[in-house]
Amino acid sequence: MSEFLQQVVEGLGAGAIYASLALALVLIYRFTGIVNFAQGELAMFSAYIAWQCVHAGLPFWLALLITLAVSFTGGMLIERVVIRPVEGAPELTVVIITVGLFIFVNAAAGWIWSFLIKDFPNPFPGGAAELGGVAVGYATLGIFVVVGVVMGLLYLLFQHTKIGLAMRAVSANPDSARLVGIRVGWMLALGWGLAAMVGAVSGVLVAPQLFLEPNMMGGVLIYAFAAATLGGFDSPVGAVVGGLVVGVAETLAGAYVDAIGADLKVGVPLVIILAVLLLRPQGLFGHAEVERA
Amino acid sequence: MSENFLTVEDLHAGYGAARVLHGVSLTVGQGEICAILGPNGAGKTTTLRALSGGVRARGTIRLDGTDLAGRSPDAVARHGVAHVPEGRGTFMPLTVEENLRLGAYLRRDKAAAESDLERVYGHFPVLAERRGQAAGSLSGGEQQMLAIGRALMLRPRLLLLDEPSLGLAPLVTRELFGIVQAVNEEERTTVIVVEQNAHLALGIAHQAHVLESGRIVLSGPAEQIRADEQVVKSYLGYRV
Amino acid sequence: MTESTKQAAPVADAAPATGRRDVRALLQERWQWLAAAALVAAVCFAPFQLVPFRVFQLTMVLVYAVALLGLNLLVGHAGQISLGHGAFFAVGAYTSAILLHDHGLPHLVTLPFAAALAFVLGLGLGVPALRLRGLYLALVTLAIAIFLVPLIKRFESVTGGAMGLTLEKPVPPAWTGLAEDQWLYFLALAVTALAFASVYGLLRSRVGRALHAIRDNEAAAEVMGVKLSFYKTLAFAWSAMLAGVAGCVYTWTIAFVAPDSFTVTLSITLLAGLVVGGLGSMAGPVLGGLFVVYVPSLSQDINKGAPGVVFGLLIIVVMLVAPTGLAGLAGRAARSTRKVLQKERRNA
Repeated sequence: MSEFLQQVVEGLGAGAIYASLALALVLIYRFTGIVNFAQGELAMFSAYIAWQCVHAGLPFWLALLITLAVSFTGGMLIERVVIRPVEGAPELTVVIITVGLFIFVNAAAGWIWSFLIKDFPNPFPGGAAELGGVAVGYATLGIFVVVGVVMGLLYLLFQHTKIGLAMRAVSANPDSARLVGIRVGWMLALGWGLAAMVGAVSGVLVAPQLFLEPNMMGGVLIYAFAAATLGGFDSPVGAVVGGLVVGVAETLAGAYVDAIGADLKVGVPLVIILAVLLLRPQGLFGHAEVERA
Repeated sequence: MSENFLTVEDLHAGYGAARVLHGVSLTVGQGEICAILGPNGAGKTTTLRALSGGVRARGTIRLDGTDLAGRSPDAVARHGVAHVPEGRGTFMPLTVEENLRLGAYLRRDKAAAESDLERVYGHFPVLAERRGQAAGSLSGGEQQMLAIGRALMLRPRLLLLDEPSLGLAPLVTRELFGIVQAVNEEERTTVIVVEQNAHLALGIAHQAHVLESGRIVLSGPAEQIRADEQVVKSYLGYRV
Repeated sequence: MTESTKQAAPVADAAPATGRRDVRALLQERWQWLAAAALVAAVCFAPFQLVPFRVFQLTMVLVYAVALLGLNLLVGHAGQISLGHGAFFAVGAYTSAILLHDHGLPHLVTLPFAAALAFVLGLGLGVPALRLRGLYLALVTLAIAIFLVPLIKRFESVTGGAMGLTLEKPVPPAWTGLAEDQWLYFLALAVTALAFASVYGLLRSRVGRALHAIRDNEAAAEVMGVKLSFYKTLAFAWSAMLAGVAGCVYTWTIAFVAPDSFTVTLSITLLAGLVVGGLGSMAGPVLGGLFVVYVPSLSQDINKGAPGVVFGLLIIVVMLVAPTGLAGLAGRAARSTRKVLQKERRNA
């Protein structure tokens, strides 16, 4: 029993990371109807920026702040330069552009920092806390806290600030938002900036778990896609719940289903995506009418 | 000097290759209610969209000395123009109160905006009752009230109303028009209202213009147009 | 049907008249045919003029051109996105490799098996895929591409696991007098020609029009009576089959398969090559194939990341500036050249 719980906790730890990247995907989807295939690569790039700052001798948390600021600016810049010109273009065009971004960012990171793996400092202490017979690593706890804080801040932003209200207005009815004086273009850019920032958090959390290298986020991205699909692409709450479910499902499947094992775990998101799309395409928390299929 | 609060000259606009407006000219005095009447497809909605920047327009749009032609909707809103669009433009998933607060998005005077919120609730008590509800759950009439309330939250200098009676029960429509008239009298808000229901619109308007095929074919004081039954009938195709 | 006769008619009518015209007029009227003839000549003589490595590169261009041809059918003609075509490519490659390795079949015999298996898998995936529009299809295909590599590694006894399978290259028959690389090149060329001819015919038929209708306006196509599900599934299956064929020829050419050759990068590179080459045109896959082979080989020396940077930037620039890709640009250049020629003629 306790071993089972242990696995669940491990799964939740992984799930929290998927949730944060899924949250970034959902943010952009909500505002622009775009699924950003480059989201994972942007997160990876952010992790490299953090690594560079730490490497230059900055304390970790300061490096994180700088990373978040750079990611935010970068996300906005990408929206303005690359996404703005294809606003309203067919989905195919936009998807291909984000795939282009994927390739570019991946290769650029390899060019700048080489394709060799790098050791990323873990901001959390080693060891584990003993909770009811289950060892919860401090790193896992740390991930929970960070992801929780990020979600709390996003909630405050969207529910209790004027700019958050304006962003929700843009996602609800862009034409009407324009009429009340909201600069819709800037709000969309802001959405990309925020998403890049949330993604950066997941990148920085993933990096110490795996090793930092340009292809680090490829696998995480597919879990995040599964999480967002499961929760509903237009639902931030869904992204978080979906992330945790996917994390637990993957860990349990890897541990207890011999046919799957550690190597075929990556089939779990595929199965989840297919099942959700065929059975309930809007996801658990999504709205059917917003499904842009 | 109140004569030319809004001057529109030779306004041309359309969608893609389809030209809809072919040189609309009109003036509205400060504090006036101006009705734009006309049959379906005459260009009434396009005229309002051109005024608020929703469609690209050529020509002159001068509001109190500022040229607004060719500006984006958010820039026009910044000059105190509130547009209640066709279809009401409700932010469906947001609450009623959030919808209203969005109307005051451009305002810096927080306290005054807060008291305006209460004023709007005073005009539309049903909105006060449902302030925490998702706006998408409101009835058509309530959404129309919400749209007008949202526009009033800007404390607009110019209020553009597009077919406020569309799809509403006669009683509700009359109530809405009464509130528009009251706001106009109390706050001297200039109003342009586009309507199919000429009778109602002429009942509150000071001036009226009849639009046909993208041109103004008849203008004058509302009283006079109402009196000239024969003319109106020939243009509008129905009795007033 | 009517369209194809219309296309062919002027050529047949014009044939007897050419004798009376001067050379310049001939150039103008027939430049496309002359260019095609020159191209065919160049393509046939190239392997005799180049060193084996260059011939190998050209063979790889043909391999990718076939894969892109298949992807083009799906993306360029039916407007559906696949980020997982590398998986079908891998299926074709492994089918051929396993048949060669374990069963000792002759190379050519493995081709129909590879094509058939990829087709069936494409059909099987096409059924759920047609319920997924746009980006969801992209998601699922991406997930498949990611899943494939560990799957191949798992079935070690058949696939050779992470070490892969090493094979023999096809031996040129003595009567041809060709070297190994030249023989491979001509095999690939024959497969490519066959694939292009079939797709060309397919697109000229009502199937092609149905696909275009789906791409341009799915709702309208359905109203017009196009059986959406039927054509979308078929497009997916054909597209998978061509990728499988390409994978099979890939195995002949490289004589080695390993899972790490078929990562998600391959799928994404295929899409990149197609976009840069030109979506929805017949020349696009060839230009894309040239790109997929030569951009890495030319820029790799600068940095390992350089090919990706070039590809990523090119995709974005192409989509923003010239959505028809290189093929579209070439077409535009040809049209303006023709205009200049015609003007000159009028002036003369």
